[in-house]
Amino acid sequence: MSFEDWFRQDRLPHIYCAGCGNGTIINCTLAAVDSMGWKKEDTVFVSGIGCSSRAPGYIVTDSLHTTHGRALAFATGVKMANPKFHVIVFTGDGDLAAIGGNHFIHACRRNIDLTVVCMNNQIYGMTGGQGSPTTPRGCLSTTTPYGCTEPAFDLSELAIAAGANYVARWTSYHVKELERAVKAGLETPGFSFIEALVQCPTNFGRRNKFRQVADQIEYLKTHSLLKAKRDRMLELGEAIPDDMYIIGELMRRNRPAMGFAPPEAKP
Amino acid sequence: MTRTEFWQGNIASAEGALAAGCRFFGGYPITPSTEIAEHMAVKLPKKGGVFIQMEDELASIASVIGASWTGARAMTATSGPGFSLMMENIGYAAMTETPCVIVNVQRGGPSTGQPTMAAQGDMMQCRFGSHGDYAIIALCPASVQEMYDLTAKAFNLSDRYRVPVFLMADEVIGHMRERILVPDTVEHTGRPAFVPGTPPFKPTSGLIPGFPEFGKGYGTHVTGLTHDERGYPCATNPGLHATLVKRLVDKIESATEELSDFDVINPDAEQVFIAYGAPVRTVQQVIADHPDKKIGFLRIRTVWPFPSHALALFKKARRFIIPELNLGQIAREIERHTIVPVVSVPKLGGDLHTPAELSGIWEAEA
Repeated sequence: MSFEDWFRQDRLPHIYCAGCGNGTIINCTLAAVDSMGWKKEDTVFVSGIGCSSRAPGYIVTDSLHTTHGRALAFATGVKMANPKFHVIVFTGDGDLAAIGGNHFIHACRRNIDLTVVCMNNQIYGMTGGQGSPTTPRGCLSTTTPYGCTEPAFDLSELAIAAGANYVARWTSYHVKELERAVKAGLETPGFSFIEALVQCPTNFGRRNKFRQVADQIEYLKTHSLLKAKRDRMLELGEAIPDDMYIIGELMRRNRPAMGFAPPEAKP
Repeated sequence: MTRTEFWQGNIASAEGALAAGCRFFGGYPITPSTEIAEHMAVKLPKKGGVFIQMEDELASIASVIGASWTGARAMTATSGPGFSLMMENIGYAAMTETPCVIVNVQRGGPSTGQPTMAAQGDMMQCRFGSHGDYAIIALCPASVQEMYDLTAKAFNLSDRYRVPVFLMADEVIGHMRERILVPDTVEHTGRPAFVPGTPPFKPTSGLIPGFPEFGKGYGTHVTGLTHDERGYPCATNPGLHATLVKRLVDKIESATEELSDFDVINPDAEQVFIAYGAPVRTVQQVIADHPDKKIGFLRIRTVWPFPSHALALFKKARRFIIPELNLGQIAREIERHTIVPVVSVPKLGGDLHTPAELSGIWEAEA
């Protein structure tokens, strides 16, 4: 099989803008899912609201496109009610970290066996480009017209602090690494969080001096710093530039996890 | 065969759910409903079910909806503030036609209000609380027995009509203890059958589509967006949206008589009490205290859809008297359906109406 076999062909064309990075992330995710050898009827995609969350509608399996921010709570119900399902959640920075922030930290704390792929475009794309919890300081959006004054959330650090078993961050430039990270997440019991920084040319790029789609992808590439390299720099006492995104596998551990067949009840 | 128990109302509700085959409970503690969650936490794991305490009520109802799509009978229980938090996802359940049961043990509101006191202030909220037009089913128990019976019934109705069903209890009924007869088995009707290969949101029998359960290879896409019969988003087609929303309402309202559940006492009386929930008990006391008088009583268990046809059974009625633990929410609904003068008898604060209060109103025009 190929990742293309997972697409719901009669739903195409999709709604994404020209140059949007979400398609890249979906392809990487489906390639990883395809490599698992799972049956389609045992695989469920869940999402909330936003550009990222339209993804399950283009996938041929059972899927829940839910309310804003609540995808992880719906997914928790699916997984706990029937642990046979492989549950993958697509979300975005606004959906996951703003309105859904509470569900995010609690899903990490429970370490429930879900794989979450967050398309972090640092903006509310679907509603026309408002600032989100991951909009970098100084960046322009329709609700930060003089530059964002709030510090941004580091979603991966949040997932690590809250207890997720597997955490990785890549960008839409790093397609092979991203696919491998999603696969590692799918293979890891417990909560897996894969953050994918993506370009949004329509609502982020054009307001923030990325005149071409490729300019923003190039920015993501040149402002990414591998965790291993960051760690070496720290050992050597070198300064880490503020504007670098730390990428790579950021956490892999084996905390007790939820979402498996229930243990035998004690009498 | 039945057995006799002496149970609290909330426990009876949880037991009714278990007897009906509920195997998923997602909840959040809130007075005065908490005993339901606590009892499910004890009992569900022993029955191979799942209890999960979620981080808030938004997540509770979300988890219930997710569980329901795997085929599980699923429920939550809450009160006032928690009920308000659930509203958006209740609309999602209505739009996606997801079976789920929501118990609301009503307390005094608005806001935090009176956590330990009874009220019926959420009767309109349960009908209209989420945005947009939709319809639901709401049942109102007036005894511990009915906490059991109507909770079990709620699952059957929810499955059959693919709609959220509310058990609109109140603190008095939830916390009172009474003798209850527990049947060996309760009726268990399933969800409407899905025909593989057909559009998953196309009505098969009447106005209700078959349930395309997850995990069967149907590849169902479920969305809260306006969707066509395939379940695909189709949010800018005016005709399609109107047709969908009208069907969601009509599938319940066209079944009003079939869903109705009420008792009629003294149908030729001139003055008729109409009650649901805890005030039923006071009216029953008034009638018991005056065996020689012809006191009419319409006692309603299915409040939504409202059984307006029941009003016409009282052909000689010149007054409908409606005691409620709110400022006349259902009295206003009754006014909509009758030319008989309606006397609303609101009571706030958590105390029930006394028999003397209600008999006084009746005697004033006897």
